[in-house]
Amino acid sequence: MSGRLAMEGRPDMQARSARQLQGWLFVAPALLFVAAFVLIPLGQLVYTSLTDRSLLGGGRFVGAENYLRIWRDASFWRALGFTAKYTVVLTPILMGLGYALALLTIDNAPLKKLTRTIVFLPVIIGLSSSSLLWFWLLDEQVGLFDKLLVDLHILKEPPVWFVTADLAFWAVVISISWKVVGFGMVLFVSGIQSINPDILEAAIMDGAGYWSRVRRIIAPLTRRIVLLTTLVSAIGSMLAFDQFYIMTSGAPRGQTFTAVYWIYQNSFVSFKLGYGSALSVVLTLIILVFSALQIGLTARSERP
Amino acid sequence: MNAATIDAAPLTAPRSRRRVQPAAYLVAAACVAVIAIMAAPLVFSLLASIKSAAEASAAPPTYLPHSFSVQNYLKVAGYQAGLATYIGNSILVALMTIVACIGLAAPAGYGLARFSPHGKEIAFLILLAPMMIPYQALLTPLYLDFAKLGLVNSRLGLAIVHTILQLPFSVYLMRNAFEAIPREIEEAAMIDGCSAWRRLTHVFLPLAVPALVTVALFAFIASWNEFLGALIFMTREASFTMPILLVSVRTGDHGAIDWGALQASIVVSVIPCLAVYLALQRYYISGLLSGAVK
Repeated sequence: MSGRLAMEGRPDMQARSARQLQGWLFVAPALLFVAAFVLIPLGQLVYTSLTDRSLLGGGRFVGAENYLRIWRDASFWRALGFTAKYTVVLTPILMGLGYALALLTIDNAPLKKLTRTIVFLPVIIGLSSSSLLWFWLLDEQVGLFDKLLVDLHILKEPPVWFVTADLAFWAVVISISWKVVGFGMVLFVSGIQSINPDILEAAIMDGAGYWSRVRRIIAPLTRRIVLLTTLVSAIGSMLAFDQFYIMTSGAPRGQTFTAVYWIYQNSFVSFKLGYGSALSVVLTLIILVFSALQIGLTARSERP
Repeated sequence: MNAATIDAAPLTAPRSRRRVQPAAYLVAAACVAVIAIMAAPLVFSLLASIKSAAEASAAPPTYLPHSFSVQNYLKVAGYQAGLATYIGNSILVALMTIVACIGLAAPAGYGLARFSPHGKEIAFLILLAPMMIPYQALLTPLYLDFAKLGLVNSRLGLAIVHTILQLPFSVYLMRNAFEAIPREIEEAAMIDGCSAWRRLTHVFLPLAVPALVTVALFAFIASWNEFLGALIFMTREASFTMPILLVSVRTGDHGAIDWGALQASIVVSVIPCLAVYLALQRYYISGLLSGAVK
């Protein structure tokens, strides 16, 4: 360090503070961007949540009134509960299937690599594309998934997915499982492949069979990546919107509104921006807990 | 990326060749079944898109097209403001997002990695803030601000929203890439009298091309697919991006869903993504692994 500073031909202290300033100048544009489009809007969000602002005007300061209303807003709690149910049901499916697929395709044989590539493809496409794709596949009149269920004699009649909240829920779960199962798989494959081969070699020498290697070595050594992926996946599910907006529109009778959907509905359909902001603040606080966990975990796994 | 190429043989190492054979066949069969299940929806969508309009909306549906037709694509091409407009909007927003992400994240990553300014941890934390605050919550205040600034129904406005989404990941990736470059290279450039800016553009950026490609790739895919922001900010037909167009095609002009046109527009929306991904798969997977942050 001092060698380099001497080369620049300046006294140490002065050069160091010049370097400091330069460093900040390089970081400044990104910081200003975040300040302008994230931090200030966040402040505005909190402020707006204390007013009765609507898209048409208003903006009287009403204190905690919006938050008290949230307390009594049964629709919001139902939406939040529905989102939690969606997350709790979907996450284990995604992680379990993802892990199974990772174990299935773990070595780098051409067929396994091809399988991984194909499984990952739906992760890349848009949620709107995949949701509409499944909206079509699951249509009782023109949908091939429904037709397949009948042709394979699994069901007698093509199911009508979007008339009851339960079936609509499962329709979305099926489509999202198809769409994002590859995400966990890819992360798990990298986790499993980074296990020191010597450990597994030694286990084989000791006569450990495949399943006992999976249970005793692979599973414990991939616990951190599984935990991290579970968090990332759960946060994504807690913020679900696109798939429900497109596939169910919240129907029937608003039973498939998610938290974000309910915020959208209040802010941009009913134009109650003050109330929508209060809802957003509550959601942000919930998500913040999850992201703090996630960042803590990432920071720890970064320096083993 | 090394992880993916490690020889994973011990995981499946056969204890004796003869005993493992049937299992290997089973595994291969399972792989083929997985491929079939995962590929089927996309393949059927592609096949449906080249049916005639009547066949595409037939109930019960046909698995394979009975005839080949580009009717559905022609219909979508002329839909409302024209498909070219929507693809153009999506591409322009994605390009602006890429430029903004690189333009902001490369210098920021450079400053954080090579200058260690006092309080860089705080700066880094602020730059990661958009990751912790769901952007869904910020759309309401941003909408109010953008309405004042004339950035509603503006491709620039939407690109700003998409940049918010991608900036933390981009900064994280660029910082890591610059940290990995050996000091000797930087010192050599200093001896040659290169300014800090020149060192960035002529020494560091060329050495960080893989990270730049990864940032651009993620920015493209995220922007091309983003839905909620586009739904809220792009309210005028002519400013729709592809994901909004899809929903609009389903709603259709006359009430009844035009399934053939819908399939054609899904195919059009999916192909650029898949093409870019398949061409740059290596970068995508390495980005995903290094930044499981996002």
